[in-house]
Amino acid sequence: MTTPPEAEAARPELEEAARKAESRRGFLIGLPAWLYLTIFFALPLVIVLVYSFATRSSTGRTQLTDWNLESYRRLFDPFVFEVFRRSLILAITTTLICLLVSYPFAYYIATRRPRVRNILLVLVMVPFWSNFLVRTYAWKVLLGSDGPISQLSEAFGGEPIRLLFTNTAVLIGLVYGFLPFMVLPLYAALERMDWSLVEAARDLYATGWRAFRKVTWPLSRPGVIAGSILVFVPALGAYVTPAILGGARTTLVGDYIVDQFLAARNQPFGSALSMGIMIVLLGATILYFRSGARNV
Amino acid sequence: MSAAVELSGVSKSFGDVHAVVDLDLTIADGEFFSLLGPSGCGKTTTLRMIAGFEFPTSGSLKIHGAEVGLLPPNRRPVNTVFQSYALFPHMTVEENVAFGLRMKRVDGAELGERVRRALDMVQLGHRADAAPRQLSGGQQQRVALARALVNEPEVLLLDEPLGALDLKLRQAMQVELKDLQERVGITFVYVTHDQEEALTMSDRIGVMSDGRLLQVGEPQQIYEHPASRFVADFIGEINLVPATVVDGTSVRLTGGAVVRAGTGASAGEEVTMAVRPERLELFDVDEQIPDSLNRLEGTVVRRMYFGDVYYYTIDTPAGAFEVKEENRPGVELYEAGERAIVAWDAAATTVVSS
Repeated sequence: MTTPPEAEAARPELEEAARKAESRRGFLIGLPAWLYLTIFFALPLVIVLVYSFATRSSTGRTQLTDWNLESYRRLFDPFVFEVFRRSLILAITTTLICLLVSYPFAYYIATRRPRVRNILLVLVMVPFWSNFLVRTYAWKVLLGSDGPISQLSEAFGGEPIRLLFTNTAVLIGLVYGFLPFMVLPLYAALERMDWSLVEAARDLYATGWRAFRKVTWPLSRPGVIAGSILVFVPALGAYVTPAILGGARTTLVGDYIVDQFLAARNQPFGSALSMGIMIVLLGATILYFRSGARNV
Repeated sequence: MSAAVELSGVSKSFGDVHAVVDLDLTIADGEFFSLLGPSGCGKTTTLRMIAGFEFPTSGSLKIHGAEVGLLPPNRRPVNTVFQSYALFPHMTVEENVAFGLRMKRVDGAELGERVRRALDMVQLGHRADAAPRQLSGGQQQRVALARALVNEPEVLLLDEPLGALDLKLRQAMQVELKDLQERVGITFVYVTHDQEEALTMSDRIGVMSDGRLLQVGEPQQIYEHPASRFVADFIGEINLVPATVVDGTSVRLTGGAVVRAGTGASAGEEVTMAVRPERLELFDVDEQIPDSLNRLEGTVVRRMYFGDVYYYTIDTPAGAFEVKEENRPGVELYEAGERAIVAWDAAATTVVSS
């Protein structure tokens, strides 16, 4: 006697097999990402970690024999500490300015008609169409002592404005570069806002400002957190912008690390700096998430 | 006593769209008033103008005698229960209810006491610390009510508040809402497209269509004596039969039959005779029918069983009639194809212009 297929489907072995097939499919789908992350992220990270405990030989080679904490001790040198402090302040300032500029803009986009919204979003992304390096060099021209900003100042009888090779120039460059990373998550958060909640707040005697403080702002906070992390993280380790727009006197973590690997040929210390920056970022991110999650 | 809400000549346009046109409406203090109409008829825009979310393009809007047409929502003595409840998801039930009082800087013992009383009123005192999303639809609805009523508004505005609930819960909430309104004595302005809701709860109903207020009256009046074809058709089920006026007390139907129907229209005018299916009765063709009733002979096209009623379609020379007969013990059933007489009392008819 043959069993009809319906009855077979109900057998536990088949169910088990189907579940296994399903989990196998899931594994296969995830495999490329797993491989990529393992080879290009996890493995290099382990190498950096290992190197950070190694010793630099007098010729600039890295000796993988003499393990020590010397590189980590150097992280607390006053100079290194100052580099970290300066970079942190710059990254925080960049994040705050981005937030301040992006929030009203994202709010504006999110409250437009869908068609206008899409046009504005495309405009936000237009800068990505040209090379970041080229755009940063463009800022070098704009901010230079014979650049248009300075010329404008002189035309009105003012002093020539020297912005290039200052922290301000780096700040301008960073804000410019990372602005879209703040606008987009903020837009996403505001776009799915239920505006009847704001109306409800107004209905319950809140002024426009208090409705924003009590309803719009807390409900858009996931976007604020996401945007801040997306700006803060790359801003802290930024290399290209400070290298082009910053001065030699204002070393930041990013170019300091590059210096260790390329100029000073001190791979262990460069690795330790990299680990340091990761720890700072991880700590800052966790703190930020915590403070945000409590109030959302 | 001044009217709770008084709209005179209120219009609202969005560009070329005239959402509300020259609306005159007076809602009495303590009244349960419903604005009824299909979607897009302007009822919600009217409510939003009273709430302050929209400003009238022209006209005057008064609440208890004070002109409020151009005041922002936070400066009007009204509160709204929103269609989707609009509970603040990042606050607890208690914080939601306390919001309005906090904005008015009520605090300390008075705040706690009023919030507690409002939550008790809607039987949700035990869920004060819950987040809105942890509540069922009906409970969220009641939080929205408490959040509005705790402020003791002069007028409570309700925008299809029962729309998201399932049928049983909706019916229970209708009773609850009406009770609540009678207890607190606050004027309710209720917007709905559900005629049953409007009929069961309201003291008076205003029927709207295309931005205009077509008829205002008590539920019985609106249902029994619709003033226009639209109102007749929109509310409940109704047979609309083309007719010609013979004189003030009778009309001629298609096919020549003259039936009694009171009308103010002049002789010869083309009108529509409206009569509700439940006001029609079926008789055998040879049955003795009281002379006071209008009658039309026809053929049964179909019979449908609805549990509580039988629904007949009867083809007559004057057109097809829908007849609703209660499913009582011993009720006589007619089969498709049988001849039968449709009869009704002249008082059950309304004549409206075509």
